[in-house]
Amino acid sequence: MNGGLWHGAWRRLRANPAAVAALCIIAALVAMAFVGPWFSPNEVEALDWSHVASDPGMVHAHWLGTDRLGRDLYVRTLAGARVSLAVGLVASAVSLSLGLCYGAVAGYVGGRTDHVMMRIIEILSGLPLIFFVIFLTVLFGRSESLLFVSIGAVGWLTMARIVRGQALSLRRKEFIEAAVASGASSARIIFKHVVPNVLGPVIVYATLSVPQIILFESFLSFLGLGIQEPHASLGTLIAEGAGEIEAAPWILLVPGVFLTMLLLCLNIFGDGLRDAFDARERR
Amino acid sequence: MRPGGAGISPPPADAAAALCVTNLEVSYARPDGTVAAVRDVSLSVGPRECIGIVGESGSGKTQVFMAAMGLLAENARARGSVRFEGAEILGLAPHPLNRVRGSRLTMIFQDPMTSLTPHLKIGVQLAEVLVAHRGSSWREAKREALEALERVRVPEPQRRLRQYPHELSGGMRQRVMIAMSLLGRPSLLIADEPTSALDVTVQAQIIDLLRMLRVELGMAVALISHDLGVVAGLADRIVVMYAGRVVESARAGDLLRSARHPYSALLLQCVPNLRDARLERMPCLPGQPPDPAAPERGCAFAPRCPRASERCARERPALRDLDGAAQVACHHPLSP
Amino acid sequence: MSGALLEVRDLCVRFGAFAAVEDVSFDLAAGETVGLVGESGCGKSTLARAILRLIPASGGSVKWDGADLLELDAAALRRRRRHVQMVFQDPLASLDPRMTVGESLAEPLEIFEPALTKPERRSRTLHMLERVGLAAEMLHRYPHEFSGGQCQRIGIARAMMLRPKLLICDEPVSALDVSIQGQIVNLLRDLQGEFGTAMLFISHNLAVVRHLSHRVLVMYAGRLVEAAARDALFAAPVHPYTCALLAAVPDPARAPAGTAQDAFAESPPAGRVRSGCAYRGRCAYAAAACALEAPGLEQIGAQHAVACHRRRELVYS
Repeated sequence: MNGGLWHGAWRRLRANPAAVAALCIIAALVAMAFVGPWFSPNEVEALDWSHVASDPGMVHAHWLGTDRLGRDLYVRTLAGARVSLAVGLVASAVSLSLGLCYGAVAGYVGGRTDHVMMRIIEILSGLPLIFFVIFLTVLFGRSESLLFVSIGAVGWLTMARIVRGQALSLRRKEFIEAAVASGASSARIIFKHVVPNVLGPVIVYATLSVPQIILFESFLSFLGLGIQEPHASLGTLIAEGAGEIEAAPWILLVPGVFLTMLLLCLNIFGDGLRDAFDARERR
Repeated sequence: MRPGGAGISPPPADAAAALCVTNLEVSYARPDGTVAAVRDVSLSVGPRECIGIVGESGSGKTQVFMAAMGLLAENARARGSVRFEGAEILGLAPHPLNRVRGSRLTMIFQDPMTSLTPHLKIGVQLAEVLVAHRGSSWREAKREALEALERVRVPEPQRRLRQYPHELSGGMRQRVMIAMSLLGRPSLLIADEPTSALDVTVQAQIIDLLRMLRVELGMAVALISHDLGVVAGLADRIVVMYAGRVVESARAGDLLRSARHPYSALLLQCVPNLRDARLERMPCLPGQPPDPAAPERGCAFAPRCPRASERCARERPALRDLDGAAQVACHHPLSP
Repeated sequence: MSGALLEVRDLCVRFGAFAAVEDVSFDLAAGETVGLVGESGCGKSTLARAILRLIPASGGSVKWDGADLLELDAAALRRRRRHVQMVFQDPLASLDPRMTVGESLAEPLEIFEPALTKPERRSRTLHMLERVGLAAEMLHRYPHEFSGGQCQRIGIARAMMLRPKLLICDEPVSALDVSIQGQIVNLLRDLQGEFGTAMLFISHNLAVVRHLSHRVLVMYAGRLVEAAARDALFAAPVHPYTCALLAAVPDPARAPAGTAQDAFAESPPAGRVRSGCAYRGRCAYAAAACALEAPGLEQIGAQHAVACHRRRELVYS
């Protein structure tokens, strides 16, 4: 599936300085999240009672300071970043696969099947996400992987709508007619012809929804529904930091800046991706 | 401006000529290199003349007139000169260009469906042009719109004014486009493949219409097509283009009777003809036109030419004047 | 005719009140080329798609190899598709832009001959690609890199991969330059000679149809108005519409006529006449009987049928 159209998109992306810069920063942040902790002698959950809520500095080994329990912020922030990234990735993947399959089938098959499938989506969209997540958490207990899945399971609705719209317009195209005339089964057409041709907007949307997912997780954690102590995500760290804002602002600022940069760059890159896919190949 | 790059003197910059193109070059900057769409074209259209420009896809015939109209894509570079009624319009800024473009100099395209707004009625679209460009009132504009439809012989024009583009047939839509292009009383109408998307039977009607309008309104017409047969019904002079250059230019009657360039002769054979006795093979040109991105080496037509010699592969023939106001670019032209 | 490959009987396609195709019947023998001509909007493309069940038919039957294609269940229909293939009007649009030429050509093999190994598939696609006059290195490239004529060759190669018994060509050359049209027509003819494929060739261009067809069907407003052997139709057409069609083809040898014939005062695409002959609005020979009843296709000679109430008088005129 690496085709002339993907190369064209890649070339246009490379020519977009903002998108390239954003991608580099994202890569750097991700690398830091995984490799960074090795540089510090501190452990994630180690409590350093001699340096409680200390300022950032190079004097002691806590470069970015500590929180009110003496835990090193540098290491903790990076750990939180890992969790947030994992949420973003897993939830995004879940919503992408669910939405893609559902939307492609609804859009291609059409008729009553499409009608029923879309009504289901509309009903689900009407339910408030929060209640759904709370419901799942109550039902299955507080497991992190469940959290990822439930966030993804909620995010697939818009993806399904987008894919369905694309699939509907594809259905009329001549190459789909040609595939039917060649004797291809509906399953084959959906997975070999419809899905590859909707991937462009789908990838763009998936990239742009990662920031939303991370934010949503942060929000849930902030409310106490998501990641719980002693684990951390950027959201929980920010929640903690919010309480110490007057005395030790860095406890909020360190994870806050990391999260903001990550989200900003993801948005810029997503926009760049959309522009790259939008341009027509021919002059 | 390159002096006489084609080997002949460019046509005199005649103030009376409707359009005068001199040594026009159009190239596109692409990531993998520059592509020359028009390599060096000079032609002119007299005030009430009709010229037919014929060539296959990729010959550059449309690009010449897109350059004249200032409609080239962003990554295109045009060099040379295009004079309309004596004034230079190549490279003109949009504001002064719009005084000429759309009123005195208009263009219609192959697919009228994409030029018409789908959600507006025909009458509104026609009237809008008048209200916007001439400041007429809506009442006047509607009246003129009706006249415009009558001028292009649309049956039941009152009814058509109230219809949407999708309710009309292809031929009818093309007539509406022609009507729209005539609203500004143009002195030159450029028609880019106006019949290629239409049935063969409707083609004749549109060509007849253009012929009639040309006489009635005293305007010049530049008709672009890949089909010599379409052009034959209208043109006074025919210009044949290949790979971005003019390869033959002659009076229509002369060219149709006895083309001098082998390419023109082959194109003539390809015109659909119900009287053709040989039915075993349908006449066609072998191979493909050359890739515009590839550099020129010798005559661009040599790979497909039945008369090509070793000299043709080496040396590009220059456009030479012949008697009878004709020009041909060939080392081995056919004899008349 | 029981020996026919394809027997279409009283085929109708209606979209609500609008009859796109009405009571069309014809036969097609093995190895034969039938040309189907008519103006845009007459229903010829709809007819082709209805035969292939790409759109649902509202009535009639399409007998192929002993079975009615319109009655088969989905799986049985798919099995028969290997024998009836289609070539489309827009060459580039009929190819999946995300698949290489090789992948597009291999798809029919993957569907109907799944037992083939990858090298076998590759060799078959390569062979067919060369058979239609394209270079081997094109297998790895994408459709948008090629011209209209080349894309149409790829479409034809794909359709011929399984050596179908019938090839339906829906205006295959209308989107191409006139200089290239002949290449495609000659290619189709060669392939027919080599593989014995029957063809239903749909076009609005009579000159092209004349080169390929053994028999010609003329369609107007959803109905067949004339059916004849090629030479008979072009030399001595009977139906007034056929005569008008032939007269409307521009002839470069003729000096341009005055104003266009009124026989082609265009009617809008929507709306069909509800009773009587659909052509009577334009017909120079319309009589009272023409308003009452739509004429059926009746034989007037060996292999020549016309749908016109006044056919006997027209034959002798």
